[in-house]
Amino acid sequence: MKIAVCVKVVPEPTTARRIDPGSKRLDRSGEGVLNAFDIHAVEEAIRLKEQTGEGEVVLVSLGPERALEALRKALAMGADRVVLVTDEAAAGSDLLGTSLVLARVLEREEPDLVVLGQQASDSDGAVLWAALADRLRRPFVSQVAELTVADGKATGKRQTEFGYDVIEVPLPAIVAVSDAINEPRYPSLKGIMGAKSKPQETLTLSDVGVEAGSVGEAGSKTEVYALAEPPARGDSIKIEDDGDGAEKIVEFLAEKKVL
Amino acid sequence: MKTLVFLEHHGDQLQKGSLGVLSKAASLGDDVAGVLLGSGVEPLAAEAGKSGAARVFVGDDPVLEAPLPQPRVDALAKLVTEQGFDTVLFAASVLSADIAAGLAVRLDAGLNWDLTDLVNDDGRLVGKRPALGDSVYVDVGWSSEPRLALVRSGTFDPNASGGEAEVVPLDVSFEDFSTQARMVEQAHEESEGPSIEDADVIVAGGRGLGGPENFALIEALAKALGGAVAATRAVVDAGWYPYATQVGQTGKTVAPKLYVACGISGAIQHKVGMQSSGVVVAINKDPNAPIFEFCDLGVVGDLHEIVPKLTELVQARRGS
Repeated sequence: MKIAVCVKVVPEPTTARRIDPGSKRLDRSGEGVLNAFDIHAVEEAIRLKEQTGEGEVVLVSLGPERALEALRKALAMGADRVVLVTDEAAAGSDLLGTSLVLARVLEREEPDLVVLGQQASDSDGAVLWAALADRLRRPFVSQVAELTVADGKATGKRQTEFGYDVIEVPLPAIVAVSDAINEPRYPSLKGIMGAKSKPQETLTLSDVGVEAGSVGEAGSKTEVYALAEPPARGDSIKIEDDGDGAEKIVEFLAEKKVL
Repeated sequence: MKTLVFLEHHGDQLQKGSLGVLSKAASLGDDVAGVLLGSGVEPLAAEAGKSGAARVFVGDDPVLEAPLPQPRVDALAKLVTEQGFDTVLFAASVLSADIAAGLAVRLDAGLNWDLTDLVNDDGRLVGKRPALGDSVYVDVGWSSEPRLALVRSGTFDPNASGGEAEVVPLDVSFEDFSTQARMVEQAHEESEGPSIEDADVIVAGGRGLGGPENFALIEALAKALGGAVAATRAVVDAGWYPYATQVGQTGKTVAPKLYVACGISGAIQHKVGMQSSGVVVAINKDPNAPIFEFCDLGVVGDLHEIVPKLTELVQARRGS
């Protein structure tokens, strides 16, 4: 079975992230890491390949060339190769542009299954799979916490506002997994050593047949007008527990008259 | 503006979030219609009228019985195109987010998500969106029509000041690929367990508890405070605690006077379920946990030590 995993390299979330006031885009100049939610998607794809004992896990991404470095972590975990579309004209793409580029790559690759993580930690976007499914005219199931692939079908158990659904889709299909689905492995030393020599293909927009005007800022149908400080929630007090944390909480609750 | 609001229903109930978005759209002075897609759903249209819909389009078809997104994209794409809606609004949910993104591609339309307000700025629709863990607020818009938006769950309350909606039956047809997904088992609201929605005090536990057995600490503190126990999605998905107690985007939305978060990192999905709480106290060993950004008192430390001690102190104080 051939599995494609759509992954994104994002700014390190523990560092101070900022939106550039000039371009009104997220500052991506710092070091990039693999989006944490995508690591669960990579893990699930590798497990599926291991279960069937054959097939291939292909990482598909859109981003700057230096994203390759962060993508190697997924190769070190056990993915087989990377296809990265990298093109200055694609910077600032919204959902429409991003889904267009990735769909073109997926059309070339023709995987049986496309796996995505549950959201991008930088944009808080949690919808890409549905856009891809419409472009590729494939069925999909999202928010999957348990996945079974057998007999040409993928079956996902997922949580909604009302409890747990079980949804079945025939392959080829698209599945977005939640971070509850697995505990991702750490790359082995052998995996890390071998990652560099795995195939890493970079493509431009014209390589995948996408016109520059339909992606990036030019092709974006959404705009950012202004940035503002968030409304204050009132004073937030943070203390270290030196053995008297419980006492401090009781004092605070008494002061706030909620005890 | 000619606005369409997607009306989500579960069983025979319209979702409060959808009605809230409907009332908000109506308050912007728009020509507002709702759309209801399902099987045997027409009786629900009346409630949409009360919340501000002048017309409710009803697509009734057995294919729409299960809450699956792709057939709904087909129905909405046709409706929006034929009726010339320039704005389509959704209250965010697992279902509606999947519909909105499919619709964005189908109509080549811009989609903004996670909006916490919508304003009419001299005829231009502007959405307010908290970003980067709510550390910055972004004014977002659309460069073309139709404009699609997902409103953060729990943002707008319904306002029952409207009247009677005209019900317009809708012809629906479906793409082959849209009907391939099959609902094998559909979620039903679990009713067992105490309700957390009416509790004045909630003590909530997350992954930081370390294991399901440690919910005993949370239960003891909740009992001492006379409150209810809640859980995060991570621990519910892991099977540590029942789904009925889950607070967050795909769980309950609560607003107690006191919310004590123990071992909860404070992911945005959790935050949206408890951000209207009165006093929020957080105990977490990770000083960088996002929960410390939106609590009133944050204690960096080991909950396994702090919580039992806190329980004792509260018991002593309350004389129980």
